[in-house]
Amino acid sequence: MKKKISSRVIFNKKLTGDVFELSLEAPEITKEFKAGQFVMLYLEDGVHLLPRPISICDGESGVLRLVIRKVGYGTDYFSKLSTGDEISILGPLGNSFALSHGSSVIFGGGVGIPPMLCTAKALYEKYSEKVTAVLGFRDSNTFLTEDFTEYADVIICTDDGSLGERGNVIEVARRLNLNGDNIYACGPVPMLRGVKEYSAEIGASAQISLEERMACGVGVCLGCVVKTADINDHSKVKNARVCKDGPVFFANEVEI
Amino acid sequence: MINTTVEIAGVKLRNPVMTCSGTFGVADEMAEFTDVSKLGGITTKGIAPDPWEGNPVPRVAEVPGGMLNAIGLQNAGVDSYIENDVPILEKLDTVVMANVVGHTPEEYVEVVKKLRNIDAVKLLEINISCPNVSSGGAAIGTDPELAERVTYMCKEVATQPVIMKLSPNVTDITKIARACEKAGADGLSLINSITGMKIDINKRTFAIANKTGGLSGPALKPVALRMVYQTVNAVSIPVIGMGGITNAEDALEFIMAGATAVSIGMATFHDPDAAIKTVQGIEKFMEENDISDINQIRGCVK
Repeated sequence: MKKKISSRVIFNKKLTGDVFELSLEAPEITKEFKAGQFVMLYLEDGVHLLPRPISICDGESGVLRLVIRKVGYGTDYFSKLSTGDEISILGPLGNSFALSHGSSVIFGGGVGIPPMLCTAKALYEKYSEKVTAVLGFRDSNTFLTEDFTEYADVIICTDDGSLGERGNVIEVARRLNLNGDNIYACGPVPMLRGVKEYSAEIGASAQISLEERMACGVGVCLGCVVKTADINDHSKVKNARVCKDGPVFFANEVEI
Repeated sequence: MINTTVEIAGVKLRNPVMTCSGTFGVADEMAEFTDVSKLGGITTKGIAPDPWEGNPVPRVAEVPGGMLNAIGLQNAGVDSYIENDVPILEKLDTVVMANVVGHTPEEYVEVVKKLRNIDAVKLLEINISCPNVSSGGAAIGTDPELAERVTYMCKEVATQPVIMKLSPNVTDITKIARACEKAGADGLSLINSITGMKIDINKRTFAIANKTGGLSGPALKPVALRMVYQTVNAVSIPVIGMGGITNAEDALEFIMAGATAVSIGMATFHDPDAAIKTVQGIEKFMEENDISDINQIRGCVK
C-alpha cells in the first residue's frame, strides 16, 4: 500500500533563475519508480491543501532528485526548504514511458527536461546505447545538461541562440535531420504539438508526458483530463486522466 | 466495548464515516492507498443514463482552505457502472451508496430503475444539487416543488432507500429538505459544494474553465454544519452530514449537531487515510469520554 510519507531534505540547490533541485531521502520511492512517473508534494499549513505533482528527475540509492521551477505558492514554499527539513510526499504515481529498442530521440523543453533524465538513463541502462537528447531552453541559463552526457548525445537548443543550436527543439531536429524509431518527450504544449507532427513526418512512435491541474493525483476526482482521439475504455468518453492513465501518452492517442 | 454502528433507512454501517461522491472512485484506485474495509461506507461518483463528458479543463483550482471543482459530472454511464464497477463494488467490505445524476427528472428515474435489485448498491444518493451542470441539476435542488417531484418519482421505482443530496445554493435549505421528506425520501445528505470563483490575476483569466466551481474543504465547514443543524431540526429522517470534514473533531461536530453519518471528501486528497483516521479518532473520543454508543451523542447540542 502506498502511503503519504515524511521525507527528509538532503539538499536544496538553486540551478538557474527560478529552477532549483530538491534532493530527498525517499528509498521507498527510488526503489520502485519508473521513468515518467511523478510524486505529490504536500504543504502542511492548513491553508494550501492540494498537493503539487512534480516529475521525478532521477532516483538512486534512496535519493530522490526533483528539479522544480517556482511557478506559484507551493513551488515557492518548496524552494525555501533546507537540509534536514521534512516534507510529505506520495508516490511514485502515474504510468511510465514504454521503453523500446531502436534508435531513440529524447526531446525536453524547459522544465520538461528533468523527467527526461531518468528516461535517458533507463534507455541507456536497458539497451547499452546512448540516445540523442535534444534539450531546449530560452537562453544560456541551462540546467542538467551535464547529467545527460553519461546517457545521451546532447544537443542544446536556445531560443535566442546564445548557446548551442538556435531555435526550438523541433526546428533544430528538422535542420539536423534527426531520425529515429522512438521519440520520448516532455515540455510545453506547443513543443509537444511539434513533436507529434515531427514524429508523424519521420514515421517514429512518439510518447509525450503531459501535465494538467490536479487535485487528487490518483485517478479518482477526474480533474486532470486530456482529450483522447478515441473513446477511453475506463471513462467511456474521449477523456483520459493525466494522473492515472498518463502522464505519458502516445502522441497520436491524445488531442493537444 | 464501544458501539459505533449507525443505521440509515434500515442499512447498517459499521461506523458513521463514509466518503463523498466523486472523491473516492469505486475504491479500486484508492485500495492502493487506504483500507476501505475500515469505513462505514463509500459513495460512488454520480451516474447518468449515458456517458457524460464533463467540462473542459482546468476543472480544479486551489483556494485558501479548500478547492473549487467544475468536473461537470463526467461519468461512464449506468450501463458501464453495472458492467464494470459493480463487480468491484461487490467485493468491497463496506456499504456502497450510488450517487445518481440526470439532466431531467426522467433521467434520474432511468438510472434508478437500472440499479434496482443490484445487491452491491445498498443506498441511492440522488444528486439534485450539483452546481456545475447548466440544466437540470442546479434547478431541481433549488426548487422545492421540483425536488419533491424527483424524490417521489425515484421512490416509485427504487428498491434501495433513496437519500436526497441537497444543494446549499439556496436561501432556505429546510424548505427543500421538508419537500423531499414529504415525498418519501428515506434520508438526506448535505451539503454539496457552494458555488465559488477564482481569478488568475497574472493570466487575467478564470482559474476554472467553467468560470465558477463548487467550493469544497474546510472553508465550507461552518456553513455546512449550520445547514445540517437546521435540516436535522426540520425533518425526522436521517441526515448524512458533509462539507469540509477533515478529521474526527469535525465529524463529531456534525454528529452532535444531529447527523446520523458523515462523509469525507476533499480531505482524502490531502491525506488518503483521512477517513480511516476519522474513524479512529471518533473511537478514541468515545473511549476517553465514556461514550459507549455513538447514538448517545447524536444531536446532543441543540
